Amino acid sequence: MKRYFRELSVTAALLLVLGGLAVAAPSFFQAQPLLSLATREAPTLLVACGIALVIIGRQIDISVGSQFGLCGVCAGMLAASGWHPVLVLPAGVAIGALLGAFNGLLVAGLGLPSIVVTLGTMVTWREGLRWIRQGQFVDLPRDLQWFGLPQAAGQAILIATALAIFALLALAMRGLAGGRHVYAVGADAEAARLAGLRPSWVTFKTFVILGALTGLAAMMNMVQSPQVDPKSGTGLELKAIAAVVVGGVAITGGRGNLAGVFSGLLLLACISPALIHLRIEAYWEKAIQGGIILLAVIADGFRRHGKG
Amino acid sequence: MTPPLLELKGIAKAYAGVQALKGVDFTLHSGEVHALLGENGAGKSTLIRVVTGAHQPDAGSISIDGRALHYLTPRQAHALGIACIYQQPALFPELTVAENIGLRLEPATALRRIAWKRRRQRARDLLSRIGASIDPESEVRELSMPEQQLVEIACTVGAGARVIVMDEPTASLTRNEQEVLFTVVRELRSQGAGIIYISHRLEEIFALADRVTVLRDGSSVGSTGVTETDEARLIRMMVGRELSQVYPEAADSPGDALLSIRELHAPSVGIRNVSFEVRSGEVFGLSGLVGAGRTELAHALFGLAPITGGTVTLRGKEIRPRNPAEAIAEGIAYVPEDRRRHGIIGEMPVAQNVTMAIHRRIFPASLLQLRKEDRLSRQYIDELSIRCAGSWAPASSLSGGNQQKVSVARWLATKPRLLILDEPTQGVDIGAKVEIHRLIRSLASQGIAVLLISSDLPEVIGMSDRIGVMRGGTLAEILPGRSEAPAVMAAALGQPAPKAESG
Repeated sequence: MKRYFRELSVTAALLLVLGGLAVAAPSFFQAQPLLSLATREAPTLLVACGIALVIIGRQIDISVGSQFGLCGVCAGMLAASGWHPVLVLPAGVAIGALLGAFNGLLVAGLGLPSIVVTLGTMVTWREGLRWIRQGQFVDLPRDLQWFGLPQAAGQAILIATALAIFALLALAMRGLAGGRHVYAVGADAEAARLAGLRPSWVTFKTFVILGALTGLAAMMNMVQSPQVDPKSGTGLELKAIAAVVVGGVAITGGRGNLAGVFSGLLLLACISPALIHLRIEAYWEKAIQGGIILLAVIADGFRRHGKG
Repeated sequence: MTPPLLELKGIAKAYAGVQALKGVDFTLHSGEVHALLGENGAGKSTLIRVVTGAHQPDAGSISIDGRALHYLTPRQAHALGIACIYQQPALFPELTVAENIGLRLEPATALRRIAWKRRRQRARDLLSRIGASIDPESEVRELSMPEQQLVEIACTVGAGARVIVMDEPTASLTRNEQEVLFTVVRELRSQGAGIIYISHRLEEIFALADRVTVLRDGSSVGSTGVTETDEARLIRMMVGRELSQVYPEAADSPGDALLSIRELHAPSVGIRNVSFEVRSGEVFGLSGLVGAGRTELAHALFGLAPITGGTVTLRGKEIRPRNPAEAIAEGIAYVPEDRRRHGIIGEMPVAQNVTMAIHRRIFPASLLQLRKEDRLSRQYIDELSIRCAGSWAPASSLSGGNQQKVSVARWLATKPRLLILDEPTQGVDIGAKVEIHRLIRSLASQGIAVLLISSDLPEVIGMSDRIGVMRGGTLAEILPGRSEAPAVMAAALGQPAPKAESG
């Protein structure tokens, strides 16, 4: 109970917000807007889960937004050149994994600081996109949107996929030796090494998984519209990191779980529609989100000091 | 008669319940080189921290020039002319010599204009005053270790230091470099400074010091002029202590050679030409001074430092582990020094710490089986009588001795053939210590070969069937178990064994 206090308090905050809305603005709970909210956040959930893995392993990746854009544009161009959707979607995931592997190689293989490496790749991929597309959108073939299905069915597939992958990852972090290793490396890489684990290999794998998840998220984003915006994914890293931090993952590594990240993401995502339904001006959204993040960080600070 | 330059009386200091100093007296006169001698953990470092104001003593008085000081802070110590030169010079490598000296000696005001010319001139003056030929314009990282030490000394001279503490200044110097340093020390002495000189090298003490004070277990055993003593007597003063504890009986007869090391070289950690054998069921102690290469030898065996020459044979099979995972697979376990840092992972529950090194064995297909893990860890909690709230309790919530047992449990779980224990009882209370000793003996009786690294001389003597003494990265001597402490200390210092004296 005490161990998961942090996660439970985020979930409690989320339930409080939802409960408050049920009283003050019941119109919030309509099927259609909620469905589109879930569809919108499904890709972010995957990226946030990936980032959580990387942060639990005491690293960071701020290049996910650019990875997301690059995966979307590359897969879109493949589709436009006539590739079948069955090939395009795995290709997008593979490109993401490759980009993640590149980060992982520099961080784990060469021992470079992840913040600097991913700052570099963030700018490089984004500039590369600008250079390839000159700001032009990629037009997608018709049968790619919603997998050629009706919109509701497509949305259902996206949401189900995201939830399924989230559940699998959460279980893996708890129930697989590999998940345990991420925690161990994040808590004390040297201790993990002395216990016979291979910290750099573990770190590398977290970056690859994050890349693959980002690629998948980009694919889920791509099928929602007839075009791919080369600027898509801008600011995604901040959204994802915010969800992770609010969800109780320690930015210093070794602590946190994906259930908390799920609650953190929903809490942040609810703010904007909630404001609309409460008829509060939208510019409060960022301020409230920022306040929540600060609150989470301060809570973590107290927790650390409390433990001494 | 002039009062002494520095006088300590009845200095006592405890850390977390461990009495590091128990009423130490120490007197330093102006124009004197006073050597401070004692085995690892005798209290030398603590005494130095008290003198430099880094730590405040719990009891006792400090006076300078006969004036008593009630509360000595580092800033005050600096102002009174107390300076310390550590083994590793604390200079800024990217800055020049003149800039480093300037940073130490010029007032630290953010908006002060720097007089570059004056700064360079001062550096040149100070360096020439101690007879060092170093260009003040060169960057510190280009200097050799002894040159950096000379820069440090120049700083202390420039600060007008009168009490200069030197902590093993020759540890990394060659003979010629030592001579340069000795000349500087003698020069400082003739200028009226008092020097507290810490070294394990007895010949240096006889060459340089005027007086010597020996510390043992946090007390001063005695002070004497160097001309009134000899090396054998000093060694006896350092270790002259009865085995105050009962150690478990040694095994009747160890088995066959289980680990055999021939001419092992691991130059990256300074290990050269080490040869010895450990038999199954034997506790082989590794003694030696700090920095003699004991931990480094363990690292080489455990795959943490590359072995470049020689052979390691375990159970008749030649091995050369390249990382801990390979070493573990060969049946080697290493309980590291300093468990708080790397022996356990504090945030993780006891159960997870216990199984950390055996995931591959107990979790086929990488699936964690939490019940199995819990059962296994509880078995070790019982076996080693680890006191904790439960197998789920975070390891950091346990006492030091029990954390150490968790660290040992992790390695017993790997079912090792060779168990290396690095300072297993450092910082644990006496009760836990006795339990750990008993555990070590019972493990050996099960046929495990134990390599016991310890700075605790009575422990290594009382526990070991044979004692390998390391010195300068090599195994200098192998002594039988229950050897006399002076003999072990003499081997560690590289002195001929003192003859036993009656009484």
